[in-house]
Amino acid sequence: MQLLNKRPESLIDIKTHYCPGCGHGIIHRLVAEVVDELKIRERMIFVAPVGCAVFADKYFDCDTTQGAHGRGPAEATGIKRTIPEAIVVSYQGDGDLASIGMAEIVHAAIRSENITVIFVNNTIYGMTGGQMAPTTLIGQKATTCVNGRTAKQAGYPIHMSEMLATIKGASYVARGGVHTPAAIMQTKQYIKKAFQNQIDGKGFSIVEVLSMCPTNWGKTPKDAVAFVKNEMEKEFEMGVKKDHSAADDVPAAAEAK
Amino acid sequence: MGEKKLMKGNEALAEGAVRAGCRFFAGYPITPQNEVPEYMSWRLPEVGGAFIQAESEVSAINMIYGAAGTGTRCMTSSSSPGISLKQEGLSYCAGADLPLLIANMMRGGPGLGNIAGCQGDYWQATRGGGHGDYRLYVVAPNSVNELANLPRKCYEVAFKYRIPSMILADGTIGQMMEPVEYKEEPIDVSKLEKPEWAIGVNHEHRAKRRITSYDLTEGGLEIMVNDRIKRYKAIEENEVMFEEKMTEDADMIVVAFGTPSRVATAAIKMLREKGIKAGLFRPITLWPFPYKQIQALAKRVKKFVSVETSMGQMVEDVRLALNGTAETHLYCKVGAAVLTAEEVAAALEEIHNGSTKYAAVK
Repeated sequence: MQLLNKRPESLIDIKTHYCPGCGHGIIHRLVAEVVDELKIRERMIFVAPVGCAVFADKYFDCDTTQGAHGRGPAEATGIKRTIPEAIVVSYQGDGDLASIGMAEIVHAAIRSENITVIFVNNTIYGMTGGQMAPTTLIGQKATTCVNGRTAKQAGYPIHMSEMLATIKGASYVARGGVHTPAAIMQTKQYIKKAFQNQIDGKGFSIVEVLSMCPTNWGKTPKDAVAFVKNEMEKEFEMGVKKDHSAADDVPAAAEAK
Repeated sequence: MGEKKLMKGNEALAEGAVRAGCRFFAGYPITPQNEVPEYMSWRLPEVGGAFIQAESEVSAINMIYGAAGTGTRCMTSSSSPGISLKQEGLSYCAGADLPLLIANMMRGGPGLGNIAGCQGDYWQATRGGGHGDYRLYVVAPNSVNELANLPRKCYEVAFKYRIPSMILADGTIGQMMEPVEYKEEPIDVSKLEKPEWAIGVNHEHRAKRRITSYDLTEGGLEIMVNDRIKRYKAIEENEVMFEEKMTEDADMIVVAFGTPSRVATAAIKMLREKGIKAGLFRPITLWPFPYKQIQALAKRVKKFVSVETSMGQMVEDVRLALNGTAETHLYCKVGAAVLTAEEVAAALEEIHNGSTKYAAVK
């Protein structure tokens, strides 16, 4: 018998707490596969957020840190500047990154901090029980907009990738998803590129990943996948938003020291 | 070492931190502490360290959370409103047992207040400041020279007990110039051992390390906090610092820290010329507070006066220390008003003579 596939070494073999149909498990696996393939596990320091992925600091087989809500990019900055050899990844959700942590992510990009950010966008606050997020779609129901989000009351969903792509210090910005096999394969390539950039000192790289939250959307896992495909993809167009990593005008990545 | 230099308080503090091994600084502009980040911005690169002007105090303290987790001696500084912004991050640092140095060059408050020196952040500093059960190791210098030499002690305590340390100085100390003599040679950071809890690259495949303040397992957080309380008790036992002046024959003790302790010293000398035997007790550590030492003085002295530039914050600790065994009085000025030796002397004399104007605090 031939072993065709196995658990990535970068993921510890324990049960995760994620709900059935949640996208975090797939995204964790993609990150871990990339880290294995690039042989950077010994150098990786994983910064976990506040939100559903808070426990990710227990799942990855590397040193980890977990701090205050939305401040992952600041923590990652403090780590990268004191250990330049480390490969630092900040893993964040939409409430964490696009709401309370807006300043930290924007300024990490402005400094072209040489870190990798994985931004999981499931348009809702998962851990706290389904409140409206800055990425919640117009009309989408949440526990703090029970009749659906209206632009009049709460404004429009934020397009983080498009916004970050306007920042000169952002070297690589892409948006993928984990709701179809094709999207998963493509997203893995985005993530790989975002890590390779850090290895090569190319500066700030971020991959936004559209993801499912069946529990807080009140949908079956199957319907949740359809929601990403039919609704979220329309609002949040997938693809590479910016790639200056190979161009002559690649921004000067922040030097650790 | 051995050489005296005239230095501004904030710069002396920054240089003192670098000499004590600081290799990472993140901060945000706010008066009256701007010379600290300004100095660090060129000084740290000289010694192979890193400086970042953060986008906010919130971000700065979280950069410190990251850097402290790597076992690096790191520092942030600010002044009152900025220190308020850092409280969430400080709570996380305390909850993750991270050693670090934070300096608060206090200004007038609350709110935007003003930019002159004040002591209104005593409660915030000595009671934790942020959410949850925790302490900071808090020291209060009363001269530029003391300010310059305290970072070394702060890092020693911070790393020994895994606790954030704070230098609580009023803005006056940061802004004035005085002679400075660094008592010890600069630390060679290459000889500092990396702590066994610090995160980093892991080529040797040791067990993974986690920096975090959370534990959701049943009873887990209780164990974590109780372990911390044990260390707090050890700090209370071993790390109290204070200074006494003219207390041997005193029948009235003035308790004061920071700049007011200097004004009080001048006032006490004026009183002594009039034959009134007053003395000074100066807490250097505000937490741990020298309760026992003040208690000991109360066996002989029955009148204590807390002199502060706040609405009367430390006086509560003086009262706790005395616990009814002696009178506790308060003389204070608020709103970053300047305290003069003449007015302190006049108030002390009235208190000494039993005036009811500065009645005993009950």
